Amino acid sequence: MNSTIAMITFRAMLGRKRALLLFVLPFIMLVLAIGLKVTGYADLDVSSNVLHRFGLSTLLPLLALIAGTGVIGPEIDDGQVMYVLTKPIPRQVIIFTKLVVAIVLIVLFAVVPTLLAGLIMSGTTAQVTPALTVGVLLGGIAYAAVFVALGVISRNAVTIGLIYVLVWEILLGNFAPGAKSASIQQWSLSVADKLTEASQIKSTVDLPIAVLLLVVITAAGTALATVRLRSLSVASAE
Amino acid sequence: MTTSTIHDIGYRHYDGRRLGRAYVLRSQYVHNLRAAFGLGRPARAKVMPFLLSAVMLLPAAASVAILGFTKEPNALIRYAAYAYTMQVVVAIFLATQAPVIASRELRFHSVPLYFSRPVGHLDFVLAKFGAFVTALFILLAVPVTLLYVGALVTRPDKMKPVMEVVEGENGEMVTGRVQKPDSLVEHTLHYFGGLAGCLLFALVLAAIGLVIAAFTTRRGLGVAAVIAVYMISSTIVVIVQGIAETEANNFTVSGWAGLFSPFNLVDIVQVRLLGAQLTAPAAPSGVVGGLAALAVCAALVAGSIAVLYRRFRKAGLS
Repeated sequence: MNSTIAMITFRAMLGRKRALLLFVLPFIMLVLAIGLKVTGYADLDVSSNVLHRFGLSTLLPLLALIAGTGVIGPEIDDGQVMYVLTKPIPRQVIIFTKLVVAIVLIVLFAVVPTLLAGLIMSGTTAQVTPALTVGVLLGGIAYAAVFVALGVISRNAVTIGLIYVLVWEILLGNFAPGAKSASIQQWSLSVADKLTEASQIKSTVDLPIAVLLLVVITAAGTALATVRLRSLSVASAE
Repeated sequence: MTTSTIHDIGYRHYDGRRLGRAYVLRSQYVHNLRAAFGLGRPARAKVMPFLLSAVMLLPAAASVAILGFTKEPNALIRYAAYAYTMQVVVAIFLATQAPVIASRELRFHSVPLYFSRPVGHLDFVLAKFGAFVTALFILLAVPVTLLYVGALVTRPDKMKPVMEVVEGENGEMVTGRVQKPDSLVEHTLHYFGGLAGCLLFALVLAAIGLVIAAFTTRRGLGVAAVIAVYMISSTIVVIVQGIAETEANNFTVSGWAGLFSPFNLVDIVQVRLLGAQLTAPAAPSGVVGGLAALAVCAALVAGSIAVLYRRFRKAGLS
């Protein structure tokens, strides 16, 4: 963990109007939650549906994509990463720092808003809110590791991440149950499923497998990012 | 600027033919259309647009193949439903290619170079908009055309008015032409309805995508912003529609909510004004609903061109 790198990354992510998108997305979810609470439709069904569909399967992947690829992708693109790589800082420290920054951003803009939206809509009824918050947190860590690795590997990291989230998790998930079970979203849903007694949250994956896969994918993402950063070739800007 | 100018710095005069505004407009249009598919750019810029175009074609090709080898009576996908069914792929194309058209000159501050030449601000924006609409239309219309041609080739008997022996007025048997329900004329009308829908999809999506991309010039951020608008709007609309239908039993609200998600919006126009079947979850009833949706589409397109015009004119000053 290197505090200077962390500070520079935070400044790049939150500086000026770049952060607007990060603020707007959770804000929309909170507005939706308040709207549902005020109109009186926020029962357990609706609440878990909103937290699942909006919090876990829309807001989380989007934010993880922006934060995960954003902490390292642009620096590699414009060559600024050289100023970091030429300092005597181990590559794993750089990756770990970037990962921590991405996770902090995800916690701030996806996990906390999910918790707030859940508390606004249904309080802690049937533990749905805390369960999904933990699910979003664990999913967020795994997504962050995968997207940071993507950001190091490819210049089209955002597009590839998008294809994974939209085509693999959503499109194929609807047609092929196999693809659905092999997704970060289902694994984090499995954790949430275990933590709540509400029947609205159901996952197709067993808890031990899900936790194991989450840990493996996080470790693999971090390791891959470190290895690729060791042999990074800095191309000129497009 | 209506007349072309040649920069005469006093060394050598030019008195050849002068290519006018139409030439400038056409060049910009062609350049942007090529850029939308990565033509004239390195191979890695071609990967995504062509991959996505190929994915768009897959279901149509599969449907034609099934028509050819089985007794399946109709194509698997309706023309008007194609864009809606494949909306994820269309959205990814929109998100990856809109920044190519709208962000690149802004990111590298090269807009003033265009406007130091006789290129009109509005022409510049219209060329970009037209080129991206064309690109999206190609993406959507080619698979639909493949479905149509496939149906013509594999089911020619269903496309022709069938000759049948019918009883004449005086009891004698005559040969008459009987229009089967799925005759060529009707089929072709459906096809053209589908194409009109594709054009409207292209217009609305280009309007949304280009405006967002023009304001998020950082690499990667534009892609994420366009897809965020698509995902958030469609998720909220589906959630609101679900609540309106199951909790409140209010199908009016659920229909009108469809106006707020781009794919649902165009599907409403297709259903209410072009006579297609409903693909989206809900649509407001009657021609009024269709006209309202069409008005929203028109406002989106006009608003988008106005915003892009201001954006690029301002960027051209620096």
